[in-house]
Amino acid sequence: MIRLEHMSKSYGDYPAVIDVSAHIKQGEVVGFLGPNGAGKTTTMRVLTGFTPPTEGTAAIAGYDVVSHSLEARRHIGYLPESVPLYLDMTVTDYLRFMGQMRGMNRRWLDERVPEVIDTVRLGEYRNALIGKLSKGFRQRTGIAQAIIHEPDVLILDEPTIGIDPIQVVETRSLISELGGGHTLILSSHILPEVSAICRRVLVIHEGRIVADDDPENLSDRLQHAERIEVSLRGAESREVITALRTLQSVVDVRRDTRPALERAGEQGVMALIVDARPDANAPEDVARMIVDSGWGLVNLHPLPMTLEEIFLELTTEEDSPA
Amino acid sequence: MRNVQTIAWKEVRTYFASPMAYVVAASFFAITGFFFVASVSDPFSEASIRGYIAGAIFFMVFLSPALTMRLLAEEQKLGTLELLMTSPVREWEIVLGKFIASFVMLALMVAGTLYFVIVLAWYGDPDIGPIITGYFGVLLYGSATLAIGLMASALSGNQLVSLVVGAGLLTALTVSDFVADRLTGVAEQVVSNFQLGSSFSVFDTSSFGVVEGGHFADFARGIISVTDIAYYISMTAVFLFLTVVLLESRRWR
Repeated sequence: MIRLEHMSKSYGDYPAVIDVSAHIKQGEVVGFLGPNGAGKTTTMRVLTGFTPPTEGTAAIAGYDVVSHSLEARRHIGYLPESVPLYLDMTVTDYLRFMGQMRGMNRRWLDERVPEVIDTVRLGEYRNALIGKLSKGFRQRTGIAQAIIHEPDVLILDEPTIGIDPIQVVETRSLISELGGGHTLILSSHILPEVSAICRRVLVIHEGRIVADDDPENLSDRLQHAERIEVSLRGAESREVITALRTLQSVVDVRRDTRPALERAGEQGVMALIVDARPDANAPEDVARMIVDSGWGLVNLHPLPMTLEEIFLELTTEEDSPA
Repeated sequence: MRNVQTIAWKEVRTYFASPMAYVVAASFFAITGFFFVASVSDPFSEASIRGYIAGAIFFMVFLSPALTMRLLAEEQKLGTLELLMTSPVREWEIVLGKFIASFVMLALMVAGTLYFVIVLAWYGDPDIGPIITGYFGVLLYGSATLAIGLMASALSGNQLVSLVVGAGLLTALTVSDFVADRLTGVAEQVVSNFQLGSSFSVFDTSSFGVVEGGHFADFARGIISVTDIAYYISMTAVFLFLTVVLLESRRWR
């Protein structure tokens, strides 16, 4: 459905996207993940035909975005990051206008506009001026215009940026519902968002794709540092930390400062986070040391790495050789 | 063409919903009304609309860019241009749609001055020929000024910039006879042939009736010349084309 072949895009001398290749199949829900300025928006602008690539090609549904731009554009629904809307139009008028711009006829619009307003739950505001709507409702209007013409490909750039947390949750569930029928590309620098919605993640950093995998595999692949959470009783924290640091398999030990509800009631229990070398049996070593030293081991379990940390790993890795 | 129609209709509706169009229309009626009255209230004055025309074409230098300044500048400021340009719509359809909307507004305003003709016919015996060519000329002249204003609106996301650039260009084209007077040979020919309309005849109470200079003069006299028609149509086409080029160039930035 979407094909990027060695696509590069420069603004003057500044390379925004460098040699990106990716194939996205029909019905896939893909997240572009990367910090601000990584090249996500530029990639989306190339895909939507807003700006042509400097090198390489991009195609939507088999149509090249440059040579068959209009055909390619017919297959997309797009919501730019800034959620551009005509503030002096009502929601219904705006959706009808955007539908017509995408080639919908009157009969289809009569049927489809109320349906989409229901989908994005804007029923009460169907005749409200967009300028009077809150940020979250504007976001929904923006999503509505992207899906009005039932496009094959839906491209949403940072769809939850700048709206309040409750609206974020609603917008995410809305996007998850949409994922069913469309090929969906979503960009975000918020990792839980991508892992909650997308089944495939392209991590983009400094204009390059640095990882392309599903969220689970991504975390497996990148687990070169193992992490263990240890709770114990009956010892000075400094003493324990110094002792654990002497172990071969341990990289670092620190106090667990996260508020832990389950430990709240227990007296004299301290929680530690141990960063360990992978494949070095660190949990065994740590457990043996605690037991041998006569401290009370309360809890020991490996922690899965969150996408946030993977992401940090990825980006810092890219930085260090340069 | 369906897209052109959709865009034009949307813009016309927006005009009616925004105060700007009403402000522009009100000043247009006030100014043209004043010049019409001033030109026909002397004893033994000629029953013609030349005073109205002189006022109309002079003040369109400011009023046309005021009508068009929002059309593309706001699309750029709001970012809605990105959505239009990623819809299956061509740049020329966007430009033509917006131009037609502004022309409809201008034509409605001009139509609103037709009562001058009724007043003249009631109290006098006007020569209908120059009136018809005059109105025809005003519409042609108006379309050229709107195209120039629209081009200025494509330059940036700032409406004020588009107003100043548009009115500036139109002023330069209007006073080009002053420049031409100080030139000789081919340069004089070229510059004077680019004169859009009369310059300051509007302030000359003795020549109210005669709109001098520029491509407008003959229309005011009741003469239809192919050169003048071709001039206004070419000016409109060239500036609309420039507007399309400016929009297309945004893709490469």
